[in-house]
Amino acid sequence: MNTHDEDRVKQLLHEALPPVDPNAEPARDLWPAVLTRMDARPAMPPWFDWALMGGLLGLAAFFPSAIPVLLYYL
Amino acid sequence: MAWGAETGVDEREYQTHLLAFRQGDVDAFETLFRQHQRAVYGWILRMVRNPAIAEELTSESFWRIYRAHARFEPARGFEGWARRIATHATLDWMRTARAERQLTEELVTEPVASALSDAAVRAEIRAKTARAFERLPPKLRIAAVLAVVEDQPHKEVAQALGISVAAVKLRVFRALRLLRKDLERQGIRP
Repeated sequence: MNTHDEDRVKQLLHEALPPVDPNAEPARDLWPAVLTRMDARPAMPPWFDWALMGGLLGLAAFFPSAIPVLLYYL
Repeated sequence: MAWGAETGVDEREYQTHLLAFRQGDVDAFETLFRQHQRAVYGWILRMVRNPAIAEELTSESFWRIYRAHARFEPARGFEGWARRIATHATLDWMRTARAERQLTEELVTEPVASALSDAAVRAEIRAKTARAFERLPPKLRIAAVLAVVEDQPHKEVAQALGISVAAVKLRVFRALRLLRKDLERQGIRP
């Protein structure tokens, strides 16, 4: 794709997508919606916390001698 | 510069809110929400270009932000971090919406064009371009809408997506190339 094609596609894109007001604000207060989500879905530990725990348990299972070291750092 | 300093909010108080938020304090979170919701909403609106969807994604993003409070690093600032989470929430929404749209598009037939005026032809080209843009893979679409349509600096787009500036340029290039091919398939030669 040459520069001319690229510029033309960019121009078509500018024409096709409606402009967005840079100072736009939400039409309503969104805080109640955030609170509803927080109440409905209690915070769960993220996946990598579970992965870390799995890794530590695996380490302890395969290398029992590492348990005192792990306990020391906990 | 921290956001608090930029907007005239007392910097020390702002830092206190950031630290309290990191501990999971809901009041501090609400304060940060009030200060940043407009910026996050505006950022999402640029990507989805639909106020109702942007509102929905803003509340989803702030819920994700709260959920991730323990990983927040106050020294790195709130807004960039919030923007990154909002970008990923939008990306997830686009992936879901795209899958649903693909199912719908299979059932919709294109109207037959006949003796169109210039204005009608231009409107049709705009509509086809918009549809072709929506068919782009979400990762490419977000990079293109922010970098090309919204003229956001590549560095900011890279930070929001968690990728390098070079990767942003590559995604924009691929988006434009795919768009051109799609338009050509629809009989439009850019």
